[in-house]
Amino acid sequence: MSLLEVKNLRVEFPTRRGTLVALDDVSFAIAPGEVLGVVGESGAGKSMTGAAIIGLLEPPGRIAGGQILLEGRRIDNLPYEQMRRIRGREIGAIFQDPLTTLNPLYTVGRQLVETMTTHLPIGPGEARERAIGWLEQVGIPAARERIDSYPHEFSGGMRQRVVIALALCAEPKLIVADEPTTALDVSIQAQVIALLKRLAREKGTAMMLVTHDMGVIAETADRVAVMYAGRIAEIGPVREVVKHANHPYSQGLMASIPPLDRRVERLQQIEGAMPRLSAIPKGCAYNPRCPHAFDRCQTERPDLMPAGRTEAACWLHAEGSAR
Amino acid sequence: MTPMLETQDVARHFDVSRPLIQRLLAREGRRTLRAVDGVSFAIPKGSTLSLVGESGCGKSTVARLVVGLYPPTRGRVLFDGQDLAAARADRRQRSRMQMIFQDPYASLNPRWRVADIIAEPIRAFGLIEGRAAQMERVGELLTQVGLSPLDGQKYPHEFSGGQRQRISIARALSSNPEFLVCDEPTSALDVSVQAQILNLMKELQARLGLTYLFISHNLAVVRQVSDRIGVMYLGRLVELAPAETLFTTPRHPYTRALMEAIPDLEMTGRARTPVGGEVPSPISPPSGCAFHPRCPLANARCKAEAPRMLPAGEAQVACHAVEEGRAAA
Ligand SMILES: Nc1ncnc2c1ncn2[C@@H]1O[C@H](COP(=O)(O)OP(=O)(O)OP(=O)(O)O)[C@@H](O)[C@H]1O
Ligand SMILES: Nc1ncnc2c1ncn2[C@@H]1O[C@H](COP(=O)(O)OP(=O)(O)OP(=O)(O)O)[C@@H](O)[C@H]1O
Ligand code: SF4
Ligand code: SF4
Ligand SMILES: [Mg+2]
Ligand SMILES: [Mg+2]
Repeated sequence: MSLLEVKNLRVEFPTRRGTLVALDDVSFAIAPGEVLGVVGESGAGKSMTGAAIIGLLEPPGRIAGGQILLEGRRIDNLPYEQMRRIRGREIGAIFQDPLTTLNPLYTVGRQLVETMTTHLPIGPGEARERAIGWLEQVGIPAARERIDSYPHEFSGGMRQRVVIALALCAEPKLIVADEPTTALDVSIQAQVIALLKRLAREKGTAMMLVTHDMGVIAETADRVAVMYAGRIAEIGPVREVVKHANHPYSQGLMASIPPLDRRVERLQQIEGAMPRLSAIPKGCAYNPRCPHAFDRCQTERPDLMPAGRTEAACWLHAEGSAR
Repeated sequence: MTPMLETQDVARHFDVSRPLIQRLLAREGRRTLRAVDGVSFAIPKGSTLSLVGESGCGKSTVARLVVGLYPPTRGRVLFDGQDLAAARADRRQRSRMQMIFQDPYASLNPRWRVADIIAEPIRAFGLIEGRAAQMERVGELLTQVGLSPLDGQKYPHEFSGGQRQRISIARALSSNPEFLVCDEPTSALDVSVQAQILNLMKELQARLGLTYLFISHNLAVVRQVSDRIGVMYLGRLVELAPAETLFTTPRHPYTRALMEAIPDLEMTGRARTPVGGEVPSPISPPSGCAFHPRCPLANARCKAEAPRMLPAGEAQVACHAVEEGRAAA
């Protein structure tokens, strides 16, 4: 059975100018021990998907349709208190912005100790020892000496590692990680990824990993979902999506990865910009930028359909397609 | 020609002592953290210098020093040949430099509309008169970073992480600075928008001769934008070289280790080698060469004597093994 199942999730933002649809019919599942990578255009709805799962959508945003199931149990309609207990104990969250997670008034050690004593049957002494252990595991040098520091005394990357330790220390079954490694240098990044993979392998922890770093995706994820304008454009095994993408947006995205082995005059990019939520085009949302767009793309919205060894929301892959 | 920016043996130390009572109880003295400890470089006008190195090695602290957000504990910073403190006191000089902060959330005022955030430097320096003309420029900047002029009416919290990062880029560009410090400017962007921003930065440099100090953990990105690259380790520069030289012939053992740790996109199964050993504490750094506990080439001299930056080919390297010819190229 899937650990996490997201079914036809729809998130809306009522505004004075009308209702914006931030997520539209998003469905996927994650098995125990599996890492699902989530990539896509900035503003596509990746963080929003994570926020909906952990029950922290920022009002006036709200779930307007669909279901979220954790071990077969619905969690999208739970009262706040119940959800708060699940968060932390069963779902660990690593947010995109480390400063919002860390309390600037408390030392790093105190925040870790409180999280553990709240969710695990251990006392403060034991929790403090474990806190030092977690800080070491995420690569904070001289952890024992620095555990009583305040967040502002740490560099950007060190704060991010504290946030990772906070999400892991209560040993949740599911980790929702939003850009957990972007502020980290390649070496610490390798260490953190090794840690996350070990948790997945040994403890069966499942993970939704949102990141722009394709290197991290290639190394960590089992499957990848590519998002565009509030929908999943393509989903499939990591190797297939990165190397043989079937959706034109995924293809454009992969082509934009800067090469490491040489300098180029001008980097490849996808021309144009993603539409604003208030002006999503009819038919396929990618059609104004798509080099393969044809008639059907302007009028009918494609759902995910089998395409090569992945699934892609693109009419090019429809049976009896015009092409 | 006078470089746009020059640092001469610049240092920044922080007092990280515990409160007095705790210090007395634990019988410990004051503790100093040498975040940056004697860094010298120059950035010629119209060029890009990038800083790379482990998290916590002092890159953001250098960035804050060169735009005057921290006064140096030691050494000097010169902006276009003038002492930085004097330059900062002059509004016209100040308008020539801008910074894109590592943390886009903290640098945007949550209560202001995005258009006003971006227009703020334009107004502060009196660059464009009249609200209509200001808003036209704001719309142009928003479009340049892949957003819409209509987005100016919204507040920062209504944007995604990468969209906010683009807002802070638009803000930094709004006063037409000549010198721009970019601390992880594209870390929150997907690769396509990142390519747009990097192409824009390169185009502005070619057209208007901008000078950049660029900080990033993404070495592929660094390779695309840099003329020269400085590698930092524990508050010091250990290698400074033309960009292509650094990638083709890295000399310092730490630079080499850093290159080995780059993630592998080709999925060839190449094991990625994290830099071995413990990351040292910046409060009590190792003696001699700070890299010695992790360095495969370390010997007795390395433990005792800190290496100085010396020329090595087109590069400058601070390493005894390189100086002695023990580090095979
Ligand atoms: N409070 C809000 N009110 C209105 N729109 C919002 C709000 N928060 C986010 N949005 C919009 O919802 C969309 C999805 O945002 P989300 O943060 O999920 O993007 P993302 O995929 O995580 O992007 P990034 O990679 O830049 O972090 C964006 O277009 C954003 O502008
Ligand atoms: N205000 C401060 N007080 C005390 N220590 C500080 C302060 N600012 C930075 N430091 C310390 O100085 C060192 C260098 O920090 P800096 O932010 O410059 O690192 P960085 O190279 O930018 O790292 P990252 O890649 O993680 O952003 C770190 O050990 C950090 O903990
Ligand atoms: S459905 Fe049409 S417009 Fe959309 S990605 Fe496929 S070909 Fe392009
Ligand atoms: S000086 Fe010695 S310890 Fe330092 S990098 Fe060179 S060989 Fe290694
Ligand atoms: Mg996001
Ligand atoms: Mg930094």
